[in-house]
Amino acid sequence: MTVVMRAENITKSFPGVLAVDHVSLDLEKGEILALLGENGAGKSTLTQMLGGAIRPDAGRILLEGQPVSFNSSSDALNAGIAMVFQELSLVGGLSVAENIFANRQPVGAGNFVRWGDLYQHTQTILNSFKLDLDPRRLVKYLTMGQQQILEILKAISTSPRVLILDEPTSSLTEGETTFLFENIRKLQKEGMSFIYITHKLFEVFQIASRVAVMRDGKYIGSRNVNEVTENDLVAMMVGRSISNLYGSSEIKTKKNAYFKVESLARKGCFGNINFELQRGEILGMAGLVGAHRTEIGRAIFGIDHLDSGRIFLDGEEITIKNPQQAIRKKIAYLTEDRKNLGLFLNMAVRDNVVAPALQSFTSSAGFIDRRKLGKYASQKMTEFAIDSPTITKKVLHLSGGNQQKCLIAMWMSINPEVIIFDEPTRGVDVGARAEIYQKLREFAAVGTGIIIISSDLPELIGMCDRILVIHHGRISGEVLRNDFDEQLILSYAAGINSDAVKMRTL
Amino acid sequence: MTTARENNPGHFLADRAKEIIAQREFSLLLVLVVASAFMTYMSPVFFTWANIEAILLALSVDAIIAVGMVVLLISGGLDLSVGSTLGLTGVVTGLVLNSGQPAWFAILVGLAAAVLVGIGNGLLVARLKINPFITTLGMAMMIRGLLLVLAKGRAVLNLPESFTIIGQGRLFSVQYPIFVMLILVILGEILVRNTRFFRQSYYIGGNEKAARQSGINVDLVKIFNYCLVAALAGVAGLLITARFGSSSVTVGGGLELRVITATIIGGASLNGGEGSVLGAFLGALFMAVLANSLNLLGVDVYWQNLITGMILIVAVVIDVLNEKRKTKQK
Repeated sequence: MTVVMRAENITKSFPGVLAVDHVSLDLEKGEILALLGENGAGKSTLTQMLGGAIRPDAGRILLEGQPVSFNSSSDALNAGIAMVFQELSLVGGLSVAENIFANRQPVGAGNFVRWGDLYQHTQTILNSFKLDLDPRRLVKYLTMGQQQILEILKAISTSPRVLILDEPTSSLTEGETTFLFENIRKLQKEGMSFIYITHKLFEVFQIASRVAVMRDGKYIGSRNVNEVTENDLVAMMVGRSISNLYGSSEIKTKKNAYFKVESLARKGCFGNINFELQRGEILGMAGLVGAHRTEIGRAIFGIDHLDSGRIFLDGEEITIKNPQQAIRKKIAYLTEDRKNLGLFLNMAVRDNVVAPALQSFTSSAGFIDRRKLGKYASQKMTEFAIDSPTITKKVLHLSGGNQQKCLIAMWMSINPEVIIFDEPTRGVDVGARAEIYQKLREFAAVGTGIIIISSDLPELIGMCDRILVIHHGRISGEVLRNDFDEQLILSYAAGINSDAVKMRTL
Repeated sequence: MTTARENNPGHFLADRAKEIIAQREFSLLLVLVVASAFMTYMSPVFFTWANIEAILLALSVDAIIAVGMVVLLISGGLDLSVGSTLGLTGVVTGLVLNSGQPAWFAILVGLAAAVLVGIGNGLLVARLKINPFITTLGMAMMIRGLLLVLAKGRAVLNLPESFTIIGQGRLFSVQYPIFVMLILVILGEILVRNTRFFRQSYYIGGNEKAARQSGINVDLVKIFNYCLVAALAGVAGLLITARFGSSSVTVGGGLELRVITATIIGGASLNGGEGSVLGAFLGALFMAVLANSLNLLGVDVYWQNLITGMILIVAVVIDVLNEKRKTKQK
């Protein structure tokens, strides 16, 4: 076997994070290498460097023994490394053919596109993949799955030596997935090499010949697929000790639930969601990306509409049709996407922290009492340790941790009884994380029920009294604090622990 | 997905037919034919050569600019300064003529002024990434101000016949501007539909990041498109100035919105990636026929804006509903 691509000591850091830490990796000719890791392990950053989308801080990339350096992904493409991202790059108003041959249409005299040749080339490619599509069909009329396949075809049509696929099956049906795998195997036999990123462990065994694992930006190692089990892979992906970052939970006696949801369902997202929350309890929601945990939080808060289900607070059934109603019932939802959905980035810290409670600073005539507001904002900045020189600084210019603290301060102004916190520490550095965890402990101590949705398993294990695991929009398991175990939770999340699921489901 | 297609070529033909019918150009053409038939029945004047020529002459200015505007919209851009640019070319050309220069020279200076505006817009939008709406709105106001300064607030009159011939002359008893319009529309339709250079705009408007990735010089194409629409506004400015034998500082006011409306009725989208020159032309033709018909039917001129606005919204609503239906099917 010859090595087609080699990464040597590749390193990349972003402000506050060492995303990829001295990673070395070989890719052999005609190999399908699966790349595994938890969210934030550095897989995407690594592959984006290999694909030329971002430049490494240190280290080098060798292509068939020659060092290469890419300024853009089109450089990498020219060198024979193609990459397919999860987000599509297709143009809906153009035909299948023009999308595959984007800016590479065959042209004749006067720059005129030779349509006959274009459609014929496209037909040849489609035939070789046994794909039943009309080259002239506009892409906007294709299904999501067909578009996803087309995206991959577009990359393959440049005849790359290395093709990097980032969760290519996320929007494919089973049939389309099988179809894609057949074609990948065919190209593998022709000598094309693949790096295949996935969260679905079973796919590794279906398609890959070797599997590499990353964790916390580091390369953990690689194994031949026929020498490992799923549990081995899970152990490689997690396997880190839990520090005391999270503080300690006060052991509570079992009290009556004061917040309860019954049979929540939303078509295409989740169904049969039942759980209870006690006062002062911290409940975790674990699951893989795409398990629809965020959607559950959004629906409880009234952002998305529920198809069915009932919500109880203090034994009384409540209806929540929009966020205003949720806020009135003192339910807070802190979004995972604070930059787009949570904060007013272009506005001052002051104006952010008071936003949900603006009503209480408004006089009967409808004017805002600015002095009272400023005082309140200063007080919140101290209380939540928001590190900003003034209350008028734009939130945009604060660090991720301070932005997150703003978001918390903002929602505490409604004195919530239930807090749903989606990814509480995404993009937050360790120092601020400890402060945020501390705050959550304080809220719980005064009787607030907290639901943490997180992809950071150690965080859930460190913080929660109980963890619900979501798989494909269903609760696949419930784990109590005494039974916390990363492998167990991950196996629920991947949907591979089905016997145990039956035993443990509520 | 893997089912073979060999037994069923008819199914593909049917699909193709459906797509052609779904095209905006097709439905516009249908509406135009029906509207014309109706108007021929309603008014004896409508289907006379004099009336048709009047429609085409009124249309020529909008349609010429629409050719450039649609390319710009396809690439995700927008130009609100075309009306002012048209005025600029008219006034500059008129002033140069009145200073005693020959017509060809005045025309070149007028067009150069227009292209300069295009370069300015293009550089600001492509290089400095300033929002096209803001850039061209500011540019439009600047040019109007500049015109008042240049012409000292007055109209430029008494233009020589050597110049006015380009707007007033006739070939086979058809006024020149109509020929210029037809040539530019046909040329534009052929080039935009068939040359790789112009196809680049679809990729840029559809997905700029992906366009860069496929090796398109995005900035260059954007700047070119701003220059193109400005130059066509300049051409329209020359023709209208020559037609009237004079140029005023207010000519072309409100024209930009009419042209953008026409391109959107013709299937272009403010989000980019969609549209065609033929569609834009038919959109402009539709609006011209509409205005003419309402006049002939004796509808108050004030109603015309209301109806045009309504049609613009209906056209966009149809698009949105179509997209929704398509998404649901998936």
